[in-house]
Amino acid sequence: MIWLQAGSCGGCTMSALEVGTRGLVADFAASGIDLLFHPSLSLASGAEVVALFDSVAAGDTPLDILCVEGSILAGPNGSGRFNRFAGTDKPVMTLVRDLASVAGVTVGIGSCAAFGGIPAAAPDPTEARGLAFDGSRRGGALGLDYRSRRGLPVVNVAGCAPHPGWVVETLTALAAGLLNAEDLDGFGRPRFFADHLAHHGCSRNEFYEFKASAERSSDRGCMMEHLGCKATQAVGDCNQRRWNGSGSCTDGGSTCIACTAPGFEAMAGFQTTAKLAGIPVGLPVDMPKAWFVALAALSKSATPKRVRDNSRADRIVVPPGRPQGGR
Amino acid sequence: MTRHIVGPFNRVEGDLELRLDIEAGVVTEARVTAPLYRGFEQILVGRPALDALAIAPRICGICSVSQSIAAASALRAIAGVEPAPNGILAANIAHAVENIADHLTHFAIFFMPDFTRPAYAGRHWYEAAVAAFTPHTGRATAELLPARARLLHVMGLIAGKWPHSLAFQPGGTTHALDLGSRMRLSAVVEEFARFFETSFIGVSAEAFLDLATPDDLFAYAEAHDGFLPLFLKIAADTGCDRLGPGPGLLMGLGGYHGVEAPLFRAGVFGADRDVAVIDVAAIAEDTSHAWMTGEPAHPSIGDTRPDADKPAGYSFAKAPRLAGKPVEVGAVARQAVDGHRLIRAVLALNHRSSVTSRILARMVEVARLIGAMRGWIRAIDPKGPYCADMPAKPLDGTGAGLIEAARGSLGHWVEVRSGRIARYQIIAPTTWNFSPRDAAGVPGPLEQALVRLEVGDDGPEAVAVQHVVRSFDPCMVCTAH
Repeated sequence: MIWLQAGSCGGCTMSALEVGTRGLVADFAASGIDLLFHPSLSLASGAEVVALFDSVAAGDTPLDILCVEGSILAGPNGSGRFNRFAGTDKPVMTLVRDLASVAGVTVGIGSCAAFGGIPAAAPDPTEARGLAFDGSRRGGALGLDYRSRRGLPVVNVAGCAPHPGWVVETLTALAAGLLNAEDLDGFGRPRFFADHLAHHGCSRNEFYEFKASAERSSDRGCMMEHLGCKATQAVGDCNQRRWNGSGSCTDGGSTCIACTAPGFEAMAGFQTTAKLAGIPVGLPVDMPKAWFVALAALSKSATPKRVRDNSRADRIVVPPGRPQGGR
Repeated sequence: MTRHIVGPFNRVEGDLELRLDIEAGVVTEARVTAPLYRGFEQILVGRPALDALAIAPRICGICSVSQSIAAASALRAIAGVEPAPNGILAANIAHAVENIADHLTHFAIFFMPDFTRPAYAGRHWYEAAVAAFTPHTGRATAELLPARARLLHVMGLIAGKWPHSLAFQPGGTTHALDLGSRMRLSAVVEEFARFFETSFIGVSAEAFLDLATPDDLFAYAEAHDGFLPLFLKIAADTGCDRLGPGPGLLMGLGGYHGVEAPLFRAGVFGADRDVAVIDVAAIAEDTSHAWMTGEPAHPSIGDTRPDADKPAGYSFAKAPRLAGKPVEVGAVARQAVDGHRLIRAVLALNHRSSVTSRILARMVEVARLIGAMRGWIRAIDPKGPYCADMPAKPLDGTGAGLIEAARGSLGHWVEVRSGRIARYQIIAPTTWNFSPRDAAGVPGPLEQALVRLEVGDDGPEAVAVQHVVRSFDPCMVCTAH
């Protein structure tokens, strides 16, 4: 396996390094993944690395898995010079194409490599795109028809940054031959995490049920109505597995910005819910608008005082009712 | 004279290229190139002001909390908001955790593996270095990664996740810590303290911080086991204390701004004088050798216009200068400015920062942060708020967020008009350290540190080049953003 960084912040690597109790390197070794090169972890530098990549591109060193972290920068004017591979005249865009053409499977690590991500945000100064998608449009840096040597489309471990488990489980499943085209959704995202919504398992679910909404940062209520939370529309099992031990964005009061979605960077006002006639523009996936409006009105009218009061505080101010303890 | 191009430079954040002029086995000139440009300053302009809190941290995956805190402080200045004290404490704890994770990852995974190269076979410490620092299989990787993951559980408690969280706001942080969470914070910090003392420094943090002189340090290195004593023995044998001398001026913008004074004070330290106040107005970014256009300007009036065809350019990084001079930033600068006696004493030996003092200062800082984190956890007011409200009206005005990231001084200069970002300029730590030449032809700190380096017959492949470059812990993704 080779791991490359293109127009990247390095955050996907930093996230992946958090995995498990043994650490990323031990997890790879246990799955039989031989890491030929990773920019943060390998000893080899300079000419040694260039020689390795030449040998892989020429087919002399077999490459089973190519991981690419970061957007592919085609600018300026299609030249790729906003991201030149150091020590060479080659744009990283060209290097990625060379290695992808011989790779058993190509994996986009993070939403930048998948769709373009934050660097592709307007005015898109560097012509940033993903490997197989430019935003939600098919056909990124590798072209419309790209298939890897194993016949797979690009596998996209979306997220900014993705959960370390998404990265490692995708790679170990690929190494074991257990992840195939039918295990990917329409954007190439592994369905084991992409068939869930970030909302599933959110600790604010009682507030959501009653539309008891947070109005200010650090309020405990549901963040969908006012604070821009997209968890009811964003794919990811974010609230079913934990982040950094016990956390998740919505637990931490960080509104979900749908970082697994193509084009999430185009949002203006990440922490404010866009509304039309008082109704959020982004409604929960699969929910007809009329139903949402009717249910929201009904649940608001039925909200218990405890839920309403707690939704507007940064800690529990009214505990759940309980039988009085006796002596 | 022969000119060599060295790259790719892995085990740094991002990618880096050097051009080295070498004559008779000695480097005569060095030029450092940041070969990646993503355009964050262009992307931020025109957006709602608070969107900076979602976009700016994504400049860097290794110091995203630093970027968040700089953005939040700039917006705080513009909004005129008084942050909730608990929010400041929680942000400081998360920030310290990020910086500690960075310092230790740098030491064990980025910097030390170069001492396992075959060039060193036969040295008395070589077998120990190979056992500890061989990439992938060495003891340091095996011990550090699980300990690092555990330490970052603090992020789960305070910020939801790391990297890239929206928890750091102008008014404070978004998640109130209940009693159980505070106990878990303490447990993680204590567990980490034991790990750091056992694996890295080999003595208690208190005993380590008692070392006052280079003689104390030498005796400590001889008497104890641990990754740091091993490095100090290697450093003494390989002359790291004379390797990679800095430009002489060291700067810190003040680390961990508390409700009152910062934990590490702000200032400029030179070998020939004590600490001076920073004249922030005297900062300017020069583009004469960058693939950028524009006159030298203070970041509050600067802009960012890339020109990849500019013949005089050789890096996407601009060249920041303080009153016309290059300065070094980072842990060694922070600790020198703050007056840490061991770091001051080590610097006094040869009047310049070096590979050894840069590495040592990071470990001093980690030891000091353990005590600071304990204090911040204790200082949390169980009844107090974590986040103050923002004003209802759209923001308008200018502000700067001047902080210290792991790698040194980080500044965000922001102008907001009618609620939207009109200008956003960033100077990151490695922009200072790895700046290209300025209009007067004065090289940046790394470019100076490499001059007169003896590379012998190995030329650009000499491992000393790798030591000097990595001793700064460069973050290239921040450098040109």
